[in-house]
Amino acid sequence: MAPSSSIEEVLAKAERDEAEKLQSIRVEKELELEFDVGNLLALDKNAPDLRDFRAQKKEDFLRSLARDNAQLLINEIWKVPTDRLDGVVVAKLPDPVTRLPREKPVPKPKPPTKWEEFAKLKGIQKRKKTNLVWDDVHKEWRRRWGYKRAKDDTKDWVIEVPETSDPNEDQFAKRIQAKKERVAKNELNRLRNIARAHKLQLPGAGLAPTGQPSRSELAKAEQVAKLSTASVGRFQERLPKEKAPKNTGKRRKFQPNIGDFSTEKQKQLDLLKIMDGKKPRLDVTKAVNKQMREEDMENASRQRKGAGKKGRKGHFTGKGKGKGAGAAAGGKNRKPRKGLGKR
Amino acid sequence: MTTLDRVAKPKTKRSKRFLQSREPKLTENVKNAMIIKGGNTSETVTNALKDIEFFSKKSDCSLFLFGSHNKKRPNNFVFGRMFDYHVLDMIELGIEKFVSLKEIKVNASCPEGTKPLLVFAGDAFDTIGEYARLRSILIDFFRGPTVSAIRLAGLEHILHFTALDGKIYMRSYRVLLKKSGCRTPRIELEEMGPSFDFILRRTHLASDDLYKTAHKQPKALKPKNKKNVSHNVFGTKFGRLHMQKQNLDKLQTRKMKGLRKRGGDVMQGEDAVSPKKSRDE
Repeated sequence: MAPSSSIEEVLAKAERDEAEKLQSIRVEKELELEFDVGNLLALDKNAPDLRDFRAQKKEDFLRSLARDNAQLLINEIWKVPTDRLDGVVVAKLPDPVTRLPREKPVPKPKPPTKWEEFAKLKGIQKRKKTNLVWDDVHKEWRRRWGYKRAKDDTKDWVIEVPETSDPNEDQFAKRIQAKKERVAKNELNRLRNIARAHKLQLPGAGLAPTGQPSRSELAKAEQVAKLSTASVGRFQERLPKEKAPKNTGKRRKFQPNIGDFSTEKQKQLDLLKIMDGKKPRLDVTKAVNKQMREEDMENASRQRKGAGKKGRKGHFTGKGKGKGAGAAAGGKNRKPRKGLGKR
Repeated sequence: MTTLDRVAKPKTKRSKRFLQSREPKLTENVKNAMIIKGGNTSETVTNALKDIEFFSKKSDCSLFLFGSHNKKRPNNFVFGRMFDYHVLDMIELGIEKFVSLKEIKVNASCPEGTKPLLVFAGDAFDTIGEYARLRSILIDFFRGPTVSAIRLAGLEHILHFTALDGKIYMRSYRVLLKKSGCRTPRIELEEMGPSFDFILRRTHLASDDLYKTAHKQPKALKPKNKKNVSHNVFGTKFGRLHMQKQNLDKLQTRKMKGLRKRGGDVMQGEDAVSPKKSRDE
């Protein structure tokens, strides 16, 4: 039994030793501290004891408080996994937890340029080009762009004049001019992309207005504007002294030059028949109108005679009869049906 | 201010790089601070803010500390920070007592640029809004660069802020790591200076809306949550798998002699091939 008891004793002693060691680094707090090891930061939410603070010397109180907090923070930091770098023990800090305000707003994604939009639509992908290319003239690898580039056409000392071009034209100047224009075009497109990204009005490439429009041009523009409504100008009111538009609306329609010969033949024959015929032609509309006018006049004369007796009632009957007759005959107010109009 | 906003293009690579360094980034630079000494007149104090905004744009500093002194507010410090080149919040602290570095005779002060341990003590830092904001500003000021790893022996400076009795005591101590017998050392502190007794004066805090925008985290930096993976209280990892329906017709079962294809079938296949061969010949 003796050895077992000695083992227990040894274990108990080791435990006590351990506890004593821990005693030196242990701190008791009412509320646990909040740690942010990534920032080497601790927050002690416990309210410091005012009575102690006033009883003790101020500096001593603060120092003892700071020591306790520092010990707790150090304990926390020592728990972090460590690493050995160049013979120095280094603790790997976790990411900071405390949220602090940013210095600048979150970067916005760059709005796509017109080309980027198009490329996306068509599925065109950027291909990386090598930076160096082989220059056959200098027999070496040179940069593709920029200073001392391969195949630099600005360094040519002689240019072949193309057969088609004017022999007196300066080919060097032409190249420089072309380059300048390309640069300008690129710059313009860049600005257009900026404007597009900010939804600004772009100057259109359509027809520019002429400097001094003539009277007829203005009239035409006014007419077009009037007709440019959903109801094609149907409910558009006229200005007090506005004249009716000239030469608008009706268009002559021609028969097709080559088409149905039988109808054409019939038409010609009908025309010849009328011209050749002795019998007077009856224009139905004209006849009906004449008839109606006569009836109206008759009614009017009858009313004038019996105006005293019948009064308003008679007027109504007369008019009603006339109107009814007109409606039956195709009406004065109605539009002539197709084919019934004057020739 | 993005690259696209700039209608005038930078003419050289160097200026382009410079402008890019000033642009908003996902992971931001370490905040820089400028420390400004105010004059005596009140006019300077009012004008100082304008200057601060101007200089913050020039020097890309988003933190400022403005010191001034007048009869009404003697020994005045204004701690402030900017968001997007505009003042986010400012807190005015009056110095009641100040002990400088030189006055405390310590044979060894800590080297410049050590990352300090920051400790805030007092319930006020948690409960009172102004104090909580002050804590945030002070962390911003004193935390130094964010690092992924730190030398344990290099932790030798601690800044301790105590909110007590309506005052804020800022003390800075030198940390002495003593042997404790176990891995974690025992800490002893030695007053190093400078030390301040501050009193909270006026505050100018950002509206909740602006404060929220300033805290906005970019989407790219947020950790992506993993689908179909969960953890329970004990830290056990669970995963959910989605599998397609198994085709049982093609399941390989035990091969048996009796289930093998009959010889006649094989012969038919050969017959179908043979006329082709004859045609070739």
